[in-house]
Amino acid sequence: MLQLEDVHTHYGAVHALKGVSLDVKKGEIVTLIGANGAGKSTLMMTICGDPKASQGRITFQGEDITHTPTNKIMRNGLSVVPEGRRVFTGMTVEENLAMGAYFQSKDIKEQQEERVLNLFPRLKERFHQRAGTMSGGEQQMLAIGRGLMDEPELLLLDEPSLGLAPIIISQIFEIIQQLRETGTTIFLVEQNALKALAIADRGYVLEHGKLVMQDTGKNLLANEDVKKAYLGG
Amino acid sequence: MPKKPLFANLTSAFFAAGLTLFLGASVMGLRLNSEGITLGVELASTQTFVELGLAGLLVFLFQLFRDHLPKLSSNTSAKLAIPSFLRTDKQQRLWLMLTLGALLLFPFTTGRSNIDLATLVLIYIMLAIGLNIVVGLAGLLDLGYVGFYAVGAYTYGLLYTYFGFSFWQALPVAGLFAAITGWLLGYPVLRLRGDYLAIVTLGFGEIIRLLLNNLTELTGGPNGVSRIPKPTLFGLEFSRRGDNTFHEFFGIAYDPVHRVIFLYILALLLVILSIYVVRRLIRMPIGRAWEALREDEIACRSLGMSPTNIKLSAFTIGATFAGFAGAFFATRQSFISPESFAFIESAIILAIVVLGGMGSQLGVVLAAIAMVLLPELAREFNEYRMLLFGLMMVLMMIWRPQGLLPAKRPHRELKTTNAEVK
Repeated sequence: MLQLEDVHTHYGAVHALKGVSLDVKKGEIVTLIGANGAGKSTLMMTICGDPKASQGRITFQGEDITHTPTNKIMRNGLSVVPEGRRVFTGMTVEENLAMGAYFQSKDIKEQQEERVLNLFPRLKERFHQRAGTMSGGEQQMLAIGRGLMDEPELLLLDEPSLGLAPIIISQIFEIIQQLRETGTTIFLVEQNALKALAIADRGYVLEHGKLVMQDTGKNLLANEDVKKAYLGG
Repeated sequence: MPKKPLFANLTSAFFAAGLTLFLGASVMGLRLNSEGITLGVELASTQTFVELGLAGLLVFLFQLFRDHLPKLSSNTSAKLAIPSFLRTDKQQRLWLMLTLGALLLFPFTTGRSNIDLATLVLIYIMLAIGLNIVVGLAGLLDLGYVGFYAVGAYTYGLLYTYFGFSFWQALPVAGLFAAITGWLLGYPVLRLRGDYLAIVTLGFGEIIRLLLNNLTELTGGPNGVSRIPKPTLFGLEFSRRGDNTFHEFFGIAYDPVHRVIFLYILALLLVILSIYVVRRLIRMPIGRAWEALREDEIACRSLGMSPTNIKLSAFTIGATFAGFAGAFFATRQSFISPESFAFIESAIILAIVVLGGMGSQLGVVLAAIAMVLLPELAREFNEYRMLLFGLMMVLMMIWRPQGLLPAKRPHRELKTTNAEVK
């Protein structure tokens, strides 16, 4: 579904991604783990087209999106839940969700809203509340819900566990698994390697802008090197 | 919060008092005296210095005991809650009708100068409503807004001079030209953010003014465009003599006030139309998008919106309102020159938006009234007028930093069932 072939990304003179190739197949949960500064977020943003890859090819559903403008990429079956949630704090839950379906017809909007509210009953309770007044976990749910509003085939999640309490993190990861069951493919970038690998079908390990390892989630969890580097020994 | 010790503010109080004395002494303590052709500098009278000293003491004491003074600011928002007679939709509509009626009757009950002043207020309201879209809703700091106002005014002025357009023909063209200018200027600069955007728009505003000033052959340069005709009422002119005059048609005696009243009502209609259009825009998806963009640009990008296009739409629509206001200004004044479109105008319009409460329509209207009326009413204070104006701004920033009536976001209450039925 999503394929990266030898993708390089530069921030000015800084060579952030040094030839990354990976693929995400339909219906999978694929995770990308790595330390701070490894280039995880850069990889995510390169898929979204900001910054553009300086070399290599990115295809999504058979279409080359390497040079497509960001707003076009985001409208065609791809959604991203950005790092740090970034909900519209001054708007209500309802309005935040509506922004997620900005380019969709009214029917799809209502249908998706119902789906999201069923997935996150918490958001139903807070439907008319301003997003800024909600807890971090609720905001993360809202951010994921907003990303789901335009019926994405593939959902990119950038560090959904960032700054959340362990119990909330567990909830979020449960929901991610539920999402896959309803047919959404998921590409998950995480620092919380333990949780991420536990639910992932496959995982990639990124170090200094290069993929150093790839395997099934289970195997990576059991891998001695991964244990040492990312799972605290 | 624990109470601070009594003299915690001693240094800052000394500093504030010292600053007051220094500024006061340099502004008021010296006097220029002309003896023949030479200018002499001499000290002001002792009384001035005594007053200055008292002022310094006052500032000192205020700063020293600032924390112990009863709080004036804390609960103002509670005091300004919507009064009970404005709660329901029906009541609101009733009051809206009454206000409109009063505004329509107003010119028949007062003199010419008051109507003129009210018309001026209405022009500023229109400008502020337009700028409110750009600054208040989309969050783009535009310091060159007056440029679009100038484009609107000159569009009418020049179309009349060269092609004999009437006001009604020129009005839509003025809006269109201002919109095109907004689009053209917005396109390259809207990639910038915050301060940089402010500086570039400031520059563009000045460029437009300088162009008008220096394209002497086209615009008449500093001499401006004069003898711009007044608008007509379905072809009826408001002049003493003519083929088709208002007073002859209705068989009443000629009175120059008719024209003033007509201009007032015209401005009122334009303002009502602007308010209505902007209200609708705010409730439309594009209005939401402006707001979302102001809150978080990256989130907007992640949702597939194009920030540049959204900003451009705000910039263009805002400029359109300035274009209409400009055409109206040209017809009201009959004479326009680049001088009318200096930076200070941009600053005043921006001040109205900020004072009114960014994004709030009613607040902007109130602030426009205050900003135009206060300097007029304070005319008897002569040279202290601008000082009072500055004082008002400072006080506003202390007591109501969010503006007179901070924007309350419109809420759609369509699907209460979804939330309540569990």
